[in-house]
Amino acid sequence: MSEKIRIGVFVCHCGLNIGATVDCAAVAEHAKKLPHVVYVEHNMYTCSEPGQLQIKNGIRDHDLNRVVVASCSPRMHEPTFRATVADAGLNPFLFEMANIREHCSWIHKDKEAGTEKAKMLVELSVARAALLEPLDSREVGVTNTALVIGAGVSGMRAATDIADRGYDVHLVERELFMGGKAAWFSKMFPLRKCEETCVGDCPHCLLVPEFEEVLDNPRITLHLNSEVTNIDGYVGNFKATIRTQPIYVDRDKCTYCGECTNVCPASVPDERNYGMQTRKAIYLPSTGIVPRSYVLDDSACSHFVGGKCAKKPLCVKACKFGAIDLKEKERTQEVDIGTIVVATGFDNYDPTEKKELHYQHPRVITAPEFERLSAYTGPTDGKLVIDGIEPKRVAFISCVGSREKDGNEYCSRVCCIFTAKQAHSVLRKLPDAHVAVYYTDVRAFGKGHEEFYQKVLDEGADYRLRELEDPLKVTINNDNIKVRCKGHKDFKADLVVLATGLVPQHDSPEICRLLNLSLSGDGFFMEAHPKLRPIDTFTDGVFLAGCCQGPKDIADSMAQASGAAARACGILSKMALTLGVETAFSDETCIGCGTCVEVCQFGAITLEEIDGELRAVVNEALCKGCGTCIAACPSGAMQQRHYTDEQILAMIEAVAGGGA
Amino acid sequence: MTFEPNILAFCCNWCSYAAADLAGIGRMDQPTNIKIVRVMCSGRVKPEFVIKALSDGVDGVLILGCHIGDCHYVTGNHRTLKRFQVLERLLEHIGIDPRRIRLDWASAAEAEPFSNMIREFTEQIRELGPNPYAGSYA
Repeated sequence: MSEKIRIGVFVCHCGLNIGATVDCAAVAEHAKKLPHVVYVEHNMYTCSEPGQLQIKNGIRDHDLNRVVVASCSPRMHEPTFRATVADAGLNPFLFEMANIREHCSWIHKDKEAGTEKAKMLVELSVARAALLEPLDSREVGVTNTALVIGAGVSGMRAATDIADRGYDVHLVERELFMGGKAAWFSKMFPLRKCEETCVGDCPHCLLVPEFEEVLDNPRITLHLNSEVTNIDGYVGNFKATIRTQPIYVDRDKCTYCGECTNVCPASVPDERNYGMQTRKAIYLPSTGIVPRSYVLDDSACSHFVGGKCAKKPLCVKACKFGAIDLKEKERTQEVDIGTIVVATGFDNYDPTEKKELHYQHPRVITAPEFERLSAYTGPTDGKLVIDGIEPKRVAFISCVGSREKDGNEYCSRVCCIFTAKQAHSVLRKLPDAHVAVYYTDVRAFGKGHEEFYQKVLDEGADYRLRELEDPLKVTINNDNIKVRCKGHKDFKADLVVLATGLVPQHDSPEICRLLNLSLSGDGFFMEAHPKLRPIDTFTDGVFLAGCCQGPKDIADSMAQASGAAARACGILSKMALTLGVETAFSDETCIGCGTCVEVCQFGAITLEEIDGELRAVVNEALCKGCGTCIAACPSGAMQQRHYTDEQILAMIEAVAGGGA
Repeated sequence: MTFEPNILAFCCNWCSYAAADLAGIGRMDQPTNIKIVRVMCSGRVKPEFVIKALSDGVDGVLILGCHIGDCHYVTGNHRTLKRFQVLERLLEHIGIDPRRIRLDWASAAEAEPFSNMIREFTEQIRELGPNPYAGSYA
C-alpha cells in the first residue's frame, strides 16, 4: 500500500462506565506510542454529537485514514461510528473498535489491571486497523413480498398491517383455522363489563372481524394446514418452501350442512376440547372458527386407516355438493419473499409432571381446559358441568409452571388475570359457589387489569395467599379433592383449575434452525436486544411477533405484531439493500481442490475453469461471510474481506507481544 | 508473585462474543488475562492461528463458538470441532501440551457459563505455568 497509514484513536470514558475502572487518560497516552498512530483523544462520550465531531475534525485536520474507537461493544455502536467516519469522507470499513467496556471496565474491579488490559485491547485494534482495506458495500434488489409464519392473533395482525401498506403476504398456519390459541378462549380479559351477558369479549365478536379482514384481503395468501419446511437466501431475497397437507374438503363447495358428519362411522377424542367430547373423522372444528368448513382427519378416517369406508366412503356419498375429494394430495410450493415475521406462538405448560397436583383426576384441569368448559362454543355449551357435577367449590392455583426455582423461572404474565377472569366466570354462572384462589402475588400490571381484579374481589372470590416455595398439595381420597396449603384450612374442592403458564412451542428449535435464530435462556426466541430491539432478530430481515418471543397478553401481542409489520415494511419498501462485506474470495493461487466447495453450507462456491485451470469462484451474493472455507483452504488462496489472515495474525501478534 | 497467564480467545460474533457482552452487562467479575478477538464464526479460526499464538508466547488459546446445532452459519462449528480434535493431536505430536487450548460453546444468553469458562481456563493455564514453547515456530 503506497498511502501512509495515519491512525486516530479515540478513547471513551462512557461517563463512569469505563472511566471508573479504567484510566482512560493513561490508555490514550499509551495509544500515542503505537505504530501509525498520529492523533489521540479521550472524551466523556465518544458516541455523543461532540464526540463524533471530534472524530470528524480529527479526520479532516490530521489526515486520518484509519480510526479506532475504544468504547463499548461493536455490536452496540459500530454502525454509529462507521456512519461518522463515512460522513467525514472516510471509507466506513477503515474503522475499528476496541471493546473496553463490556469486555473490560464492566468485568474488572482492579483499576490498574483493567487499565493494562484496556491498553492491550487498543493495541489489538490498532494492529488490525493498520491493515484494514476500504470496501464497498454490496447492493441487492428486494422481493416486495412478506412471509408471516403463524396465523394466530399476532400473525394475522402482522399480515393485515403489511398488506394494508400495499405488499403481498404469504400467511402460513399449520392448524386448520386462524386465530391460534385465542380462538378457543371463552372470553378475553380484561372484561369490559362484569356481566355474563355478551359485551363483545368473546373470540366470536372480537376475532371474526379480524379473520374476515384476512380472508377478504386480496394481498394475503392464506396457507392453512401448512408448514414452512425450508428457507434459503438472505434478507430481501429469501425463498421459502411451504408444504400443505390435504383437508379433503373444498372450502368453496362446502355449505356446512353436516350430512358428512352424520354418516361418518369414526369417533375419536376431540383434541381441541381436551378430550371432553368426541368428534368424527370428518367434522367442523368449532362453530366459532374461520374459515368455516368441514375438515377430514385422515388419521381417524376409516377410508385411510382401513375399515368400513375403505372402498365406498360414506361421507363422499352423503355430500350432495361434491365437496369431498379423498384423492387430495400433499402439496409443496416455493415462494419468493423479502422478509419474514415469525409469530409461532406458545404451548401450554403440561402439569403432568407435578405429581402433587394430581392432574390426571378428571376434576383437576388446566386453565385452557377451563376456557373450553366455560365457552359457549365448547363441549358443554358454556354450562359449568364437569364429570357429571356442577362444581360448587372451585379452587384456582396460580403459578403452575411459572416462577419456579428449578423449572420455568419466568412469570407467564397472563395467568393472574385469566385466573381472575375464570373466578369471575364461576361466580357469575354459579352465584353461590365458593371460589378459592391460591395466589402468590397478583400481577395486575396491564391497563384495566387492577380494576378488574378488584371487581372480582368484590364479587366474593376468596383470594388466599400462599408462599411460592410452599409445596401446595392436592389430595384425593375416594374422589374427594382437597387443597392443602400452609396457613389456610384445607379446602374441599369439586373442581381444581391449575393456572398453567406459557412455554415455548415444543418445536421452536426447528424454527431456530430454519431461520438461524437463537433461543433465550427461557427457550423463547431471542430478540436482537432485550430493550432496544425487541422485535428484531440476529438474522437480518426476520422479525418476531407475539408469544414466540416471550409470554404476553393479546394487547401486547397485537402491538408487537404491528411493530414487526412496520419493521418488515421498512425492508419491503426499499428498492435495494446493502449486504455485509465480510465475503470470501479466492485468488490465482487456488489449486482447484474443491475443499471449500464441500464445506460451504450455502452453495456459494463453485469450481470453474479459468485460463485452463480449475479454480474456486465465490458467488458473493450467496456468501454469508462465516469464513469456514478460508480455514479449510489448504493453499491459502481463499481469503475473507474485513477479516483477512493478516489482520487476525496482527491481533495475535499484538496479544503475544503484550504479555501479562 | 503468582504467574498471570496471557490468554487469547477467539469468539464468534453471534454467540460467544454476545455472551461476553452480556457478561459485561451483568457485571460478572472475570480475570483480566483474556483478550478477545472477534471472528464471524468459530469456523474461521485456522488451526495455524492457534499454533502461531502459542509459538509467539501466548500461554493459552480459547475458541468459543455457538452450540452444536445453533451455528449462525448452520455447520461452521461442526468444522471447528473436527479441526480442533485434529489440532489437539497435532499439538501433542509436536510436544505442546494440548491443555493449553480449549474449545467450548456459549450461546448469546449464556453469560454465566461464559464467565465460568473464562475463570476455569485462566486457572488451568495458571497451573500449567508460563508457555515454554515461545519462539518454537518460525
